[in-house]
Parts: sequence; C-alpha cells; structure tokens
Amino acid sequence: MKIELTTPLTKEKAAELKAGDIVSLTGTIYTGRDAAHKRMVEGFEKTGKFPFDLKDQIIYYVGPAPAKPGQVTGSAGPTTSGRMDAYAPTVLDNGSTGMIGKGARTKEVIEAMKRNKAVYFGATGGAGALIAGHIKKSEVVAYEDLGTEAIHRFYVEDLPLVVIIDSKGNNLYETEKAKYRKN
Amino acid sequence: MREINVSEITNAVAKLCIDANCKLNSDVYNALENAKKTEESEIGKEILCQLTENADIAKNENMPICQDTGMAVIFVELGQEVHISGGKLTDAINEGVRKGYTEGYLRKSVVKDPFIRENTKDNTPAIIHYDIVEGDKLKITVAPKGFGSENMSQIFMLKPSAGIEGAKDAIVRAVDEAGPNPCPPMVVGVGVGGNFEMSAYLAKKALLRPIGSHSDKPHLREMEEELLERMNNLGIGPQGLGGRTTVLGVNVESYPTHIAGMPIAVNISCHVTRHAEVIL
Repeated sequence: MKIELTTPLTKEKAAELKAGDIVSLTGTIYTGRDAAHKRMVEGFEKTGKFPFDLKDQIIYYVGPAPAKPGQVTGSAGPTTSGRMDAYAPTVLDNGSTGMIGKGARTKEVIEAMKRNKAVYFGATGGAGALIAGHIKKSEVVAYEDLGTEAIHRFYVEDLPLVVIIDSKGNNLYETEKAKYRKN
Repeated sequence: MREINVSEITNAVAKLCIDANCKLNSDVYNALENAKKTEESEIGKEILCQLTENADIAKNENMPICQDTGMAVIFVELGQEVHISGGKLTDAINEGVRKGYTEGYLRKSVVKDPFIRENTKDNTPAIIHYDIVEGDKLKITVAPKGFGSENMSQIFMLKPSAGIEGAKDAIVRAVDEAGPNPCPPMVVGVGVGGNFEMSAYLAKKALLRPIGSHSDKPHLREMEEELLERMNNLGIGPQGLGGRTTVLGVNVESYPTHIAGMPIAVNISCHVTRHAEVIL
C-alpha cells in the first residue's frame, strides 16, 4: 500500500513509518551532498548555526544535472548516502527527521535515527530523469558557489520513495537480502 | 598518411558525451526488460519498471539517464597511418568533453585535486586510454563512469595458489560487499592477469563488451557464466531491496601475468553502464 506523505515530517509522522513502506512524498525538501554537508557541519561547530532551520526537514542527497532552459532541474537521482555518514548524526541531532538517498548507512547513523525518531528513505538510484519530473520547484538557498552541490530547496510532488531504515532501526536492505539469498 | 583535423575529433567527442549519457544502449535496456520477467521480488519488479521508464524519458527528452554523468573515460584506437593535424590529440579530446558536457547540460563532476576539491566546471580532464593499432582510422569510445559504482570497485593481488576458484570467490565477495551502493542491477567488469594497473584497465575495458557476449576463451566463458549465477544468488536485487536481479552481466578480460602473481580487478558498474563510439 502506498502512503501519501507530506512535509514537514514531524517526529510523530516519522515514527509511524515502517521499513518497506512505499511512500509518495509531496512538499518542500532540501538538498545536500558531500561538500554542503562538510561546510554545514563545520560551520555549525564554529557558529552554532545551520544555513536553514533543520526542524522536521528532510534532506535529499543529490547533485542535480543542470537544468536546460525551461526545465525546473536536470536529472536528479540520489547519490550514495554513505559519504554523508560522518555528518548525518549532527544533522539529525539538530532537528532533521528524514534523509533520502541510496545505499548502506553506518551503525552511528542508525543510532542517531533511533534517538531522534528519523527515517531513511531510498529513492531509485540512476532514475534521475524520472525523478526530475516530480520536482516542481527548485531554488538555491545556500552555498551557491558549490554549483550542483549547493543546497537547493525543492518542492516535490508524489516523489516515489521506499522506507529503507525506520525510526526503530529496522533495515530493509538486511531483511530483504536474506529472503532471496541462496547458498 | 591520412589526415584528421582536431576539430573533427572535438566535435565527435562532444556528440558521444551527450549520446552516451542520454541514450541507454539496447543491450542494457533489453537486459532490464528481460529481468522484469524473471524477478521474483515485487518491489524489485517495480524498480526495474522505473528504470526502463527512466531510460525512455531520458531518450525522449534528451536528458541524462542519471544525474551522475560521470568522469569521461575515453578509449582511443589510433591507426598508425593517421596524422592528426591542427593541434594536440589530447587537447582536442578534452575540448570535446568540455563542449559536450556544457552544451549537453551534463553535470560537471570533476575536481582539480583529490584534497583541494575545487570543481573544474567543465568536467575535464577526461581519462584517456590510447592504443596504437594498424590502419588509417581513428576509433573513439566515450564511456562516462559514475562514482557510486566506481567507489565499490576492488583489486586483489592474489597468490597463484588461490587458483580460479579463489579468484571467483574474491570477485563474488566484491559484489556482495558493494551491496546496494552501486545502484544494482550492476554490470561487472573483471580484469585478470597482467599487473596491478593492467588488471584495472582490463576490468574497465570489459565493461565495453555488450551484455550477453562472452569471452572467446572457454575457461573464461565458463567463469563468466558461473559468476553471473553466483552473483544473482546473493539476494541483493534491484537497488539492494532484495531479489534475483543483482547483476545484468559479467565480462572477463585477461592478459598474461608474472610467475608470482594473479592480479584480479573488479570494476563495478551500475544499470546505467554507458558507452558510445565512432570511427573517423
């Protein structure tokens, strides 16, 4: 069954989601990948501030291809989340309740998700052209000099996602692989 | 001597960069279509449908299949009867990458230095492999490679005593460890023999061979078939969400090696394994 989810993602809403849920997400989300995470977390350590209010926000790990004239964005599929693992606990401890990406997460991130009631969603890696069609607005909100790695605010409609790790730490990658593994 | 002007090369490379990034080759597309029929996992099937739909959108709208339009890996086969005029061949190729990635609205993903991570803003330089061959033609293959999968690649410097069974175990382990990260279903390029860098080069080159083709060496053909079966028994499935379709194809390339060694390189690629070529 598909769950229609809207942002902001409160801790109450996040706690209801379970690993394996198919989600259709509508609302405002923020982008951030390697360079933005590094700058955001190092900036926080120095100044105690983030470039936007993280409370109940979802961060999408993506570096979009450039938009052609008339396009909202170019292709915009998820990047590998593991590279953000060093920074994700700080982001979650400061109010963010969701991450969208692809690939495995560390134990530290999962612990941070459990203590903050946060969710890790998977978007389909490599489906950048399809995903771009669900992004209806895009604007840069911080670190414009980083180009594709700048923090964008996206408005998405019916973005297709899967709950990979829920706020209790259940991990779809582990449970599903075990079901189909032979030998 | 046949003369080829660098401007012709630049324009050809630019077009190949755009074509490779926007049009999924038919071997990969067909492999995804076939996988839909055999995949047992419901969510796996749904993902495979998204992937072919995505490829259709990319082709129809001439937009990149994946936002990671990669580092441009370029294989050049230069006939020894060809004279390049008007400038340097390497410069002409890089100019083509610059032009293709700019005019094609492809993502610029290259930084100047691994530690000082400043974007070069035009996706240059490319990684170029030259091969001097017979004849008066110039063959250029552009194979953009994303790093979600590149990061999961591995090299093993095995002892000869490990044998072919030890090699197979190492290769399957590399795919198992890659798990959901490289955007499965993957395509796996394997280079065996040579030395450290030759094995890696062969593994990359193996990715150019169409899915479903096989090595003409019987023992390597058998190895490819066994590896494919073992990898698809790992359970990883499309996007790592479980299922039978973990790998679409395994290609093995080999080279003679040293009496003391057995280098094995595994270059992991994603379901957007891209390459386009032209002969000038």
